[in-house]
Amino acid sequence: MSDVVEMARLMQGNEAVVEGALAAGVRFFAGYPITPSTEIAELMAERLPGLGGKFIQMEDEIASMAAVIGASLAGVKALTATSGPGFSLKQENIGYAAMAEIPCVIVNVQRWGPSTGIPTAPAQGDVMQARWGTHGDHPVIVLCPASVREAYMLAIRAVNLSEKYRVPVILLMDEVIGHMRERVILPRAGEVEVIERKKPAVEPKDYYPYRPGDDGVPPMANFGDGYRYHVTGLVHDEKGNPTTDPQVAENLILRLHRKIYDHLDDVITVEGYQLEDAEVVVVAYGAVARSAKRAVKDARAAGIKAGLFRPVTIWPFPEKEVAELARQARAVIVAEMNLGQLKGEVERAVQGRVRVTGVNRLNGELITFDEILSAIKEVTTDAQSG
Amino acid sequence: MPRTIEFRLSGSGGQGLILAGVILADAAIREGKNAVQAQSYGPEARGGASKAEVIISDGEIDYPKVVLPDVVLAMSQDAADKYAGKVKKGGLLIVDNTYVKNVPPTPARVYGFPISRLAREKVGKELVANIVALGMLAGLTGAVSRQTLEQALLSRIPRGTESLNLKALELGFEMAKTFSVKVPA
Repeated sequence: MSDVVEMARLMQGNEAVVEGALAAGVRFFAGYPITPSTEIAELMAERLPGLGGKFIQMEDEIASMAAVIGASLAGVKALTATSGPGFSLKQENIGYAAMAEIPCVIVNVQRWGPSTGIPTAPAQGDVMQARWGTHGDHPVIVLCPASVREAYMLAIRAVNLSEKYRVPVILLMDEVIGHMRERVILPRAGEVEVIERKKPAVEPKDYYPYRPGDDGVPPMANFGDGYRYHVTGLVHDEKGNPTTDPQVAENLILRLHRKIYDHLDDVITVEGYQLEDAEVVVVAYGAVARSAKRAVKDARAAGIKAGLFRPVTIWPFPEKEVAELARQARAVIVAEMNLGQLKGEVERAVQGRVRVTGVNRLNGELITFDEILSAIKEVTTDAQSG
Repeated sequence: MPRTIEFRLSGSGGQGLILAGVILADAAIREGKNAVQAQSYGPEARGGASKAEVIISDGEIDYPKVVLPDVVLAMSQDAADKYAGKVKKGGLLIVDNTYVKNVPPTPARVYGFPISRLAREKVGKELVANIVALGMLAGLTGAVSRQTLEQALLSRIPRGTESLNLKALELGFEMAKTFSVKVPA
């Protein structure tokens, strides 16, 4: 048997998240199990003790988010996993993590909502919640995998980005990717880049916990290492002490924003398939991107110049990359399992230069490639007759 | 075109169909093929019904759900009623006639075996009917080899149940030998 076959494994999406997170150095998980994310908690409970880590099942989602923040402040890479109803509950503390700049990763395996909806049915209704779920102009990074292997790789990347930028990172999955099992070949240990948060290079007495480096990110001391400082969700100065000074407040929120938006080339990744000469571009993410890829292949086989644009980072939204599409495409289709949450962003990016059509489905089933193919054919006919 | 086979394993909750699907997909991967195993919880899967889907292909598997299966296993009357009609023309419908008394109209070729009864009588436990069925599926379709299926099986079952499960798998292959079919036709 070849090396490649030996390395290939059948793995579930949720399992891949766990393995990726552990490879990135996560050693703390607090959560409250919820379908369709439960396997993540189950496997973390199984795997973490053997690695010297800690697993806690908390009394609810709010407390688990708080525990994750506490663990991270103490210097341990920490993650929690949930689905829509739990994600709603975590929002207050996600805002706290954004404000106090505490690295953490929140996995949301999306299911049909609002409310308890359909626990086992896939949806992509939390796209806007992932961006704006907690109040205020906060920074956040949201990554969206379309395969089991990518769930592994993006779990690592989510941890890395959270450590690098001291920001909550949301790994936005869906039930299809979370529950499906497929063939994966994972990188060997040591082949993946693991990023550690920047530590202070000064003595505790000279430490300003919120004085940023050139990259806009302040070095972070572990709580308990002798660097005494104040952590608060209130607007704070560089010492961490609360203030209502208008200038400090504005500088703070702008820096929180800039530390992400000044590094978009590092934060944003996208994937293109057959885009070079595409006249019809399908934009899709998560499990729907798989239906879209098949639809693009079928469209090509029928002589239609179609292509797929897949945002891997959905927040910050890859505005520049989408705007670029409008220069060559005659039509853009956005396929998603919601009523058009990312379509609005696509429209904003293309600024009316090209027609944007939605393919939407909200019955709890994955959008099929046939539905997307029909849309491709329709816009092709319209473009020809128009 | 890459060769692709789609399986739908259906029956009642507790018959171990998802495990059977996982083992089938695992075996395919051990042979260097691509495989996807997906749960599908449509409204039709309410009540005691259970369904596992597996796609095995030499090529890339984009869309992860079964569209129209080549092979359907129905281990309950309910499952047969729901899925017998949804098989590729010339495909294969395997029914456990321990429980399936009426086979609805189907475009597939039908093979009936008393899978659960034979598991009970010849292996000693009806619990392993899923593994008997798995042996039959592999034997009838040649989708995966017996050797890799055994490896996959042994890696996915609780310790202490190896001989029971291997016996069940062997029975399945034995039963499949009585027929010679090719899927897809």
